[in-house]
Amino acid sequence: MYLLRAIQKGADGVYVVGCLEGTCHYNEGNFRASERVKHVQMLLEEVGLEGDRVRMYNLSSGEGPTFAAYAKEMTEHIRKLGPNRLNK
Amino acid sequence: MIVAKRKPFEEIKEMLKGYKKVLNVGCGTCVAVCLAGGEKEVDVLNIELDMAGKLDENPIELGAMTIERQCDREYLEALDPLVDDYDAILSMACGAGIQFLAERYPHKPIFPAVDTTFIGVNQGVGWYEERCRSCGSCVLGLTGGICPVTMCAKGLYNGPCGGTNKGSCEIDKDQPCAWYLIYERLSRQGRLDNILKFSPATDWQNQIPRTLIQPGYKKSEEV
Ligand code: SF4
Ligand code: SF4
Repeated sequence: MYLLRAIQKGADGVYVVGCLEGTCHYNEGNFRASERVKHVQMLLEEVGLEGDRVRMYNLSSGEGPTFAAYAKEMTEHIRKLGPNRLNK
Repeated sequence: MIVAKRKPFEEIKEMLKGYKKVLNVGCGTCVAVCLAGGEKEVDVLNIELDMAGKLDENPIELGAMTIERQCDREYLEALDPLVDDYDAILSMACGAGIQFLAERYPHKPIFPAVDTTFIGVNQGVGWYEERCRSCGSCVLGLTGGICPVTMCAKGLYNGPCGGTNKGSCEIDKDQPCAWYLIYERLSRQGRLDNILKFSPATDWQNQIPRTLIQPGYKKSEEV
């Protein structure tokens, strides 16, 4: 829902970061989140946008550098996709 | 509860072609519980329609309203002041709710945004299974609480057909035979004699729309 809304409002990309698979404090939280992200990707494709504008990454709380690396990767990736076509 | 699933986006988009201002009405009961047509699903669909409209350079103005139950006049009333501001109404309720809405606003085109699927139970988050086909003459008391109309591929009321195969149904070995399950449960309860009791075939009254007035609720002129 928030993901979709972000894209609707013109965000070029959104990524969700969850804990490593299997380490969620609420057991299934990050698996569910990843299912939701997949669902949002499908909804975006249905509408005619690139589903890959939203992504999910997993890391543990002590991984600052990985976090930074993911952020960089996502930025590169979105740059390749180009701007959100809803922003005209 | 009544279980429904969202129609494919393309189908909804096609139905709404040519309408500029659409009110999307959700239902806060069954279809909200089964995550098909409640407040959140109304918002998601509206965002999708909004984005698609902008991409196609054919924007639609969308309204959203979720009422407690679309199958109840008491709640439909809340829509009265809104409906005339829109060219069409999209409903995310079950087929009954959608028709009640259409009946109340006969001058407005009404479109279904979900496919009503079955009466079922909640097996897990987002996972539903059919349990009843509302046959109108429930035999669960004789069948150990297992519905033969729903669970048996042929909906047989009186015992299995010749295709029952070591616990499986003849249509698929992964599909349990309903009558085998019934036999097992009744036998565990020591109530196997029930399996011999004959249930007359239902007259499938659902070939015409059924009406039910609960005892004590008849209007005085009908008594
Ligand atoms: S309209 Fe349909 S989905 Fe909504 S409460 Fe009534 S029966 Fe349930
Ligand atoms: S027998 Fe089955 S279909 Fe008929 S009312 Fe009972 S549960 Fe529903």
